[in-house]
Amino acid sequence: MLALLLVATTTVSANAPTLKAGVFDPPRQAPDFTLQGSNGHALQISQYRGKVVLLAFGFTSCTEVCPVTLNTFAVTRRKLGAAAAEVQVVYITVDPQRDVPTRLAKYLHSFDPTFVGGTGTESQLSAVRRDYGISAERKVVGDDYTYAHSSFTYLIDRNGRIRALMPYGHSPDDYANDLTILLKE
Amino acid sequence: MAARHAALWGLAAGSVVALLWVGLLPIETASHDEIFVIPKGTWARRMSGDKVEILPDHIRLTLGVRDVLVLRNHDDVPQIFGPTLMMPGQSFRLPFERAAEYQFACTAHASGQMTIVVDPNPATPWARLIWRARELWRSS
Repeated sequence: MLALLLVATTTVSANAPTLKAGVFDPPRQAPDFTLQGSNGHALQISQYRGKVVLLAFGFTSCTEVCPVTLNTFAVTRRKLGAAAAEVQVVYITVDPQRDVPTRLAKYLHSFDPTFVGGTGTESQLSAVRRDYGISAERKVVGDDYTYAHSSFTYLIDRNGRIRALMPYGHSPDDYANDLTILLKE
Repeated sequence: MAARHAALWGLAAGSVVALLWVGLLPIETASHDEIFVIPKGTWARRMSGDKVEILPDHIRLTLGVRDVLVLRNHDDVPQIFGPTLMMPGQSFRLPFERAAEYQFACTAHASGQMTIVVDPNPATPWARLIWRARELWRSS
């Protein structure tokens, strides 16, 4: 009887999801913003309609999460080959005090010259974080400070919709898989 | 006396066979989803001072069996749910493919973090037996 109960808790099977990232259903439109771009121009998420966008938040002094994530993006773009031209990485700082556009540009170019950074006033960045559900907590470390921040990446499709969320730590292969699917749409 | 011994031996043997059967039978589940839902009215309840906890700060999943976290916001307002912001009526489906411990920033919890432990697939009979026993315990 116990054996039957134990087996009865588990029957049939389900389909595996296609994307490696977490998928939103229904997807919502990515909230637009206007920030200072690291390329010297205004940065709006809407200007990348037609491309698939990887949107991440962090700061250039981050020693753990951001270098790994940005390197993953760079490797992913190389894996995609020519299709990488249709993928845009957008990296928004949570640390406007240190991350001025020139510093952002230098930092991002060390990973991939096509990456674009965004900065602005504290209130501008706070509004963007609120709209995207991003946490960023400033922590004092001795005479310095650091941030604990959301480490995931949003995948925004060609129509400007937030389709998926990739948690920190996924491989370039996982990103390439998902970007390939979104680029084919 | 002999009949009683024979019955006891029969019962013991039957139990062993049943446990072996439970352990050897592959696990196939109706769904891989572990679902958490923010019910309608949650925000209003929170605003009135009711402490509503929906998402535990520790979630246990099992690779290949129940390895997809599903979050659904049935409330009327956007909610930070787990690692993400979810609009009213929106759901979020996050699959896991590696057994590991995952940490997510989650402002909904006092610790500021949510931990998801993904256990390896119960590949051995003993592991399947334990998994089924745990499932039975969960559902009871």
